[in-house]
Amino acid sequence: MSRSPLPYNPKILELFRNPKNLGKMEDATVSAVAGNPACGDMITFYLKIDEEKDVIERASFESYGCAANIATSSILTEMIKGKSLKEAWQISWKTIVKEIGGLPSVKFHCGILAVGALRRAIRLYYKKKGKKPEWLPEEQTFEERQALEEEELAKMLAKKMGEFEGEGKSDV
Amino acid sequence: MVESVEELIRAHEGLEKEVYLDIENSSPVPEEVVEAMLPYFNRKAYGNPTLTHKPGWEAYEVIINSAKKIASFLGAENPEEINFMPGETEANNLAIVGSALKRRKEGNKIVISEIEPLSIIHVCEMLEKYGFKTVKVPVGKEGFVKIEELKEKVDKDTILASFSAVNNEIGTIQPIKEILEIVRDKNPEVVFHTDLSDAYGRIPFNVKDVPVDLATLSSYKILGPRGVGSLYVREGFRLQRIIEGQIGTQRLWPGVENTPAIVGFAKASELAFQNFEQNVSHMKRLRDKLIEGILGNVEETILNGPAGEKRSPDNVNISFLKCEGEALTIELSLNGVYVSSGSACTRRALQPSHVLIAIGRKFEEAHGSILMKVTRYHTEEDINYVLKVIPKAVARLRKIYGSMGES
Repeated sequence: MSRSPLPYNPKILELFRNPKNLGKMEDATVSAVAGNPACGDMITFYLKIDEEKDVIERASFESYGCAANIATSSILTEMIKGKSLKEAWQISWKTIVKEIGGLPSVKFHCGILAVGALRRAIRLYYKKKGKKPEWLPEEQTFEERQALEEEELAKMLAKKMGEFEGEGKSDV
Repeated sequence: MVESVEELIRAHEGLEKEVYLDIENSSPVPEEVVEAMLPYFNRKAYGNPTLTHKPGWEAYEVIINSAKKIASFLGAENPEEINFMPGETEANNLAIVGSALKRRKEGNKIVISEIEPLSIIHVCEMLEKYGFKTVKVPVGKEGFVKIEELKEKVDKDTILASFSAVNNEIGTIQPIKEILEIVRDKNPEVVFHTDLSDAYGRIPFNVKDVPVDLATLSSYKILGPRGVGSLYVREGFRLQRIIEGQIGTQRLWPGVENTPAIVGFAKASELAFQNFEQNVSHMKRLRDKLIEGILGNVEETILNGPAGEKRSPDNVNISFLKCEGEALTIELSLNGVYVSSGSACTRRALQPSHVLIAIGRKFEEAHGSILMKVTRYHTEEDINYVLKVIPKAVARLRKIYGSMGES
């Protein structure tokens, strides 16, 4: 267990202080959670989708996590607004890191978790619709696997202490 | 990645007030301590204390006098029992490795508690690679060492036991005399070390009353300078050095003595012990005001560690549910309140503070923990300000938490 310095850049600081698109979306088409309280890192994404065009009209988030978690979630909701689901799917954690102007490496997992949550929501949307577009891969992507791994690791560690309660869950 | 933090610092401009409570991790040095140190950088005693010239003899004299002062506060007879070194991390490492190497032919078992600081736990883990075995005694919900388990764990193979007198994170005051007696009763040959970093200057502790072999003292935790600490080594007790080089006045720590820091450490000790009772009751009053003010005004909070007389006078450690600790430290900082957290978020390993997990806190409780320490310099106004800022900061982060997907 070591600590790293966390020289957050001005953009992260600004998004931490004034997050955009914060809060539960009552009329969301789909929502998904990644991470869990045991990780100390958890994000819920809400998407309002134009179901005719498969375009994201609006996105919002809730976060339990550090400043980087809040900032990366917030910036992702901005990045996907007005994008087609296909375009949103293609955003990787590296795109977020670039967009936000760099993250301390110990915080890469925050960007990964945010993308993991978004892709979970997109998958759920198509699952609910009962059709899978060609561009949507069968296999879990890196970010989705990482989100799952983080959840499993926290679950395992917590179970070892005999105290696990929460877990990642998704709702359509 | 090297980033400029200029903007982060600038974001703090125009603060109404600033209150520093992160004494756990570093501390501001009071003006009177700085004043006491200043002459020793370049006006006098800047020589090496082992050399035969005036600046050297001056250094020798002031180092001996500093050791005498610190020895007297600890109840030690001989100033040579006070060994200066760069800090408590070094002192703990020396105590553990130095004893283990010295006693390696008599056994291989080291007994510690689950909540020792990382400078004990990690060095014990390192020794495990070389044939030593560490046994950790569990603690109860308030952090007290489980005495029955301690009795079971000390045996004929045990060469060393190390138990902090006060836990650095949750302020538990261990019954260290009882622990020492139990250990000695099971095996009188066991080397007994105690980390006094969070006890010295805050609770009464006397080596005549509690005859430990080794004791770690921290300078910055009693508002002395960083870069110095001390290991008390009972007269006649032999220890293997862990670093080698030119031996000077400090037989256990080669290298050139840090005279100004040693002077500052002694001065800080003097100030802590000068009005000991008064200082302690002041800290206790502010501690309890802070604890009661938070628990009474912020929902979903848990005090970590015991309340009242069994808690260190300076320690406040509270978990805020639905609030992640690192985010909370930043939010508080932006409002002029400087604290630290046991959250895992500044650590990659996902695991939050081992101390909070050992007392049975759930992960999400540990992630939202905030550690604060009060000093004799803090005022009622400081605490009032902190109590004004904390509920707002927690409320803002809980707004970000929102419903967290609950429908």
